Amino acid sequence: MHVARAVLGRDLRQAWRTPGDSLLAVLFFVTALTLFPLGVGPSPDVLARIASGTLWVLALLSVLLTLDQLWQEDARDGSLDLLIVSGAPLTLTVLAKTAAHWISSCLPLIVLSPVLALLLNLRPDALPVLVISLALGTPSLALIGGIGAALLIGSRRGGVLIALLVLPLYVPILIFGVGAVEAAANGLPVRPHLLLLGAILLGSLALAPIASAAALRVSQE
Amino acid sequence: MGSPETTSVQAGGLQGLSNPLRFQRVADAVLPWAAGGCAIAMLLGLYLGLVWAPVDYQQGDAYRIMFVHVPAAWMAMFVYGAIALMSLIGFVWRHPLAEVAARASAPIGACFTAIALFTGSVWGKPMWGTFWVWDARLTSVLLLFFLYLGYIALHDAFEDPNRGARAASILAVVGSINLPIIKFSVDWWNTLHQPASVLRIGGPKIDPSMLWPLLVMALAFKLYYVVVLILRMRSGLIDRRIHSLRLSAGRG
Repeated sequence: MHVARAVLGRDLRQAWRTPGDSLLAVLFFVTALTLFPLGVGPSPDVLARIASGTLWVLALLSVLLTLDQLWQEDARDGSLDLLIVSGAPLTLTVLAKTAAHWISSCLPLIVLSPVLALLLNLRPDALPVLVISLALGTPSLALIGGIGAALLIGSRRGGVLIALLVLPLYVPILIFGVGAVEAAANGLPVRPHLLLLGAILLGSLALAPIASAAALRVSQE
Repeated sequence: MGSPETTSVQAGGLQGLSNPLRFQRVADAVLPWAAGGCAIAMLLGLYLGLVWAPVDYQQGDAYRIMFVHVPAAWMAMFVYGAIALMSLIGFVWRHPLAEVAARASAPIGACFTAIALFTGSVWGKPMWGTFWVWDARLTSVLLLFFLYLGYIALHDAFEDPNRGARAASILAVVGSINLPIIKFSVDWWNTLHQPASVLRIGGPKIDPSMLWPLLVMALAFKLYYVVVLILRMRSGLIDRRIHSLRLSAGRG
């Protein structure tokens, strides 16, 4: 347990010292977002229609982009080996690292999302639901993506391949995340969507660290 | 790999089959039967499906593509399930044959998935008026296709083939979460694709004159999988043997 806490603290301090790294995801999010009004035209109606989907897809892609950082640095400098042989439960360490990663790269994105949603003309009543759905969904994205990133440590073509490995597994989260925001924008009940997102989160909290830990052990063989 | 026949083999079960030589013997014995059975079942199924089965009152003759589409879709899921299971066995017990079998299955399953998607869209055009809709069943099968491609790509992404095999095993097990989503997608989301009509609670909801050709075709596809799997596993084992020979030659 204390190893997990130490890892969490260390990763958070590292992220705090080099804020540029984790803010890159947010920067990508904002930059890519500006392409949509240019791509589909600035009509407020069209933007409002595609807002929920666009925001969620972009959130998904920014999480995907940052996944490389999750293990790569530790694998390079050897601290990953130490974490694995330290005897502390590796699943807990995985959880701690994923939590630190989520706090440093996903949380800023969630905080910023209402502002960006307004830029896309999303209905204001849907804003709280957008934030809640992202808060419930992005931890699952980080947990599941962590498996893919761990599988690719030391591979010849990590960067592109991770999209192929992880995106199919992201689809349910995308569906229910967008579903919640759409429902809120159209005045329909949002509870079922959010409950399903919560269920996915609980499932990935329980199972993803096991798979990630197995993948990390394989990478050290 | 390739241990001489004189080494002691633990009898029975998984351990017995993990000896590649014993596998070769079993495979040699099974192969002609599976190939012959596949040919007979395929011809019989095609005859039953294309000639014997009555014309559908609603869809006319176009429904007959079902006799390829449905077994292919079953195989797409069955092979992925088999890969996941064999990956688990290969990962947990370090069973080399299970890893070879899983890797050998992947392109076969990807092809069945592609056939299911293709025949589905050919069937969809006259029936639904469109080649493709973003329906839950269609989308989840497309994702299954991507999972197959990811599995194959991950397998080949490492210098060391063992490393690739073990990483891909984990991915296969994680990806199997998609299988129940596909199976129940037509029940959970009520969309364009028709709901389950064969494997459903309360028995098949399809006329015997159409069910029988379907089942014969499904059998033919299963046997085809067995035949191709054996052939591909043979070459997979030879590949591994060459790899280890190269390694030892390099060392010596």
